[in-house]
Amino acid sequence: MKEETSNNSRRKFLKSFGISVGAAGVVSSFSLIGAAKAAAKKPAEMVNLLTQDGQLVQVDKNQLRPTVNEPLDELQKRGREGIPGKSFVMVIDLSKCRNARKCMSACQNHHQLRADQHHINVLQMQDAEHTAPYFMPKPCQHCDNPPCTKVCPVDATFKRQDGIVLIDNERCIGCRFCIAACPYSARIFQWTEPKDSEKYKDLTYNIEANVPQKKGTVSKCLFSADRLREDKLPSCVSACPNGVYYFGDRNEDAVTNGTTGETVRFSKLIEENAGYTLMEELGTKPRVYYLPPKNRAFEFNGDLLNEENLH
Amino acid sequence: MNDLPKQKETTLSFEKIKKDILHPMQNHKGLELWIVFLITVISVCGWAYYIQLKEGLGVTGMRDYVSWGLYIANFVFFVAVSLVGMLISSILGLLRIDWITPISRIAEIIAVAFVAVAGLVIVLDMGRPDRVLNVMIHGRFQSPILWDVTVITTYLTVSALLLILPMIPDLAICKKELTKASPIMKKLYNILSLGYINTPEQHKHLHKMIRTLMVLIVPIGLAIHTVTSWLFAATLRNGWDTTIFGPYFVAGAFVAGSAALIIAMYFFRVNYRLQDYITDLQFDKMGKLLVAVCLVYLYFNLNEFLVPGYKMKTGDDVHLKELFYGNWAIMFWASQLLGNIIPIILLVNKKFRKPLPIMIISLFVLAGAWFKRYVIVIPTMLHPHLPIQNVPENFVHYYPSAIEISVTVLSFALVLLIITVLSKIFPVVPIVETAESKGIEVKIDA
Repeated sequence: MKEETSNNSRRKFLKSFGISVGAAGVVSSFSLIGAAKAAAKKPAEMVNLLTQDGQLVQVDKNQLRPTVNEPLDELQKRGREGIPGKSFVMVIDLSKCRNARKCMSACQNHHQLRADQHHINVLQMQDAEHTAPYFMPKPCQHCDNPPCTKVCPVDATFKRQDGIVLIDNERCIGCRFCIAACPYSARIFQWTEPKDSEKYKDLTYNIEANVPQKKGTVSKCLFSADRLREDKLPSCVSACPNGVYYFGDRNEDAVTNGTTGETVRFSKLIEENAGYTLMEELGTKPRVYYLPPKNRAFEFNGDLLNEENLH
Repeated sequence: MNDLPKQKETTLSFEKIKKDILHPMQNHKGLELWIVFLITVISVCGWAYYIQLKEGLGVTGMRDYVSWGLYIANFVFFVAVSLVGMLISSILGLLRIDWITPISRIAEIIAVAFVAVAGLVIVLDMGRPDRVLNVMIHGRFQSPILWDVTVITTYLTVSALLLILPMIPDLAICKKELTKASPIMKKLYNILSLGYINTPEQHKHLHKMIRTLMVLIVPIGLAIHTVTSWLFAATLRNGWDTTIFGPYFVAGAFVAGSAALIIAMYFFRVNYRLQDYITDLQFDKMGKLLVAVCLVYLYFNLNEFLVPGYKMKTGDDVHLKELFYGNWAIMFWASQLLGNIIPIILLVNKKFRKPLPIMIISLFVLAGAWFKRYVIVIPTMLHPHLPIQNVPENFVHYYPSAIEISVTVLSFALVLLIITVLSKIFPVVPIVETAESKGIEVKIDA
């Protein structure tokens, strides 16, 4: 089924642009635009592309930008429905996190965010005065009793069948009630013109990645729902060099480590490592589970900020 | 509280009442100047809003953590003040307390002006005001914002009716007496007076309608401020996650509204020379009322701050320490002491319930009420459950920007403009009701 969709979209793609992607790209696909405009720019990295008539051409990377092949209506519809049969969960192993922050930059790259905007934020935590400090990556918890979606006046933020909480920035009125309601401070607001908004202004809005970002609307972690549709792990999970993240489907009781690629039983992982959820007492029922920072995977002498311990 | 004023009212005749009340509406040169001033302020500050519209809410001091700031605090304040209409003309009116007769219309004017602009302030705070209709198109009734939109528009409608309906006999008088009025105004009086000539039949119907609305507005008034409090209480944040927010906000609203009414009473008494109507008695009674509502509010404050302060639960502790002796202590204690406790102590003395002293005290109460809303909204946003990290320095504090302050000034100017215009075109003291309450015969010609 997946094969078919990708063939379909390719055909559509060929029809609309007359050029197809032959080279591996950073994003799923690229289109050729404004050749004349970009010609004035200094030559940068060249990319090999296969044209419609089968010729291999070299193109300046500046001339490329991500594109979406489906129409907005289709993206909005499937974005609101979710992926049938799935129930996504994330497990974050705190004993392995040494603040490499690769998750944060991968996320910002994927969702077109500035360096100070976080869908996922690695916090330095210390629960009480004499307890050991630890680093805690904090994405949206994708709660099953989400305080944020409850208060939305226009159904712009919602929870779909696979458990992911999304935000529709085509509908968001910017009242920021969801930001006030979220106890995990997981949401951000586009106070000014978003990063690279000029560059991406013609791009069709993809609700599953919430790109392009829009001024005056809320943004948040989406478990990289667009990547999940392609059977890929979320950006943060894949980017982690230290094996902190597991991601998977609770229905299948399987989660995959983003660094090692190892797939383990979700229930067993949680059970054996005393997994817990954040601020459970609030009754939000998060889908992000944490494993306590016990037996750290790196030299830990009690001083988190000692640079030697990190990265 | 029902004792009748013992004054030399025998000198008042219906003609004199009409003349006294209608005169300032037509002869008040300073008023035009004041209106021009307000319009200038609104235009200049409107430009600030234009910048915000163009550049985004980034021109304000708000950021991801303090994502509700001055605008929301001001919104809560406006909603609070507007509740005075329900307190005076409905609750006291239904109890047939007669000293409110000369001030009930001022109370309704305040209610209409503040609640109308409160609705606007919410739009000023929106990131995408161009999508405001989404609230109608995609509205979710599970969201407290929908409840707020519903009760605010209902309260505005019923308050406007409670302003206009009891005024119908007066408007019939305006139609006859205000010969110098512009043709538009004459037309307005003609339309709004609905051909009222004070027949017993008309009198009966009108009073039935008014009493129905007076009953109706009590639950609506309670709802408007309770729902506003739920915007906060419906969240899981330290300082907002409390069960008494509804009545706490309603009690606070009575304080703010009563103070605003006293200030307006003083202003109209002096500027419109209505000393014979808005008398020392009204100030004395309002002073007692203000003490009563301040005491109730003080009681709620004790519950709201001392009970969690006694326990110092994790989360609450940081928040409360910041209020009690941290960065917010000056504003917190100023609003409590100058805005509530000291006014109570002063106003139990009769001499402080004279017009000028009580007006000055009310200014403090009103300012205290404004800062109290600020203290309710902002510190909580600065104290989330998880630490604020990896963000620029300006995310960790909140200072309203010049643009934000200008837009807030705009909302105040708009309120004052509405009050001014309403008091310019309508008699601020009910003519017919005043005459009736003094046993003077009322005559309205067809």
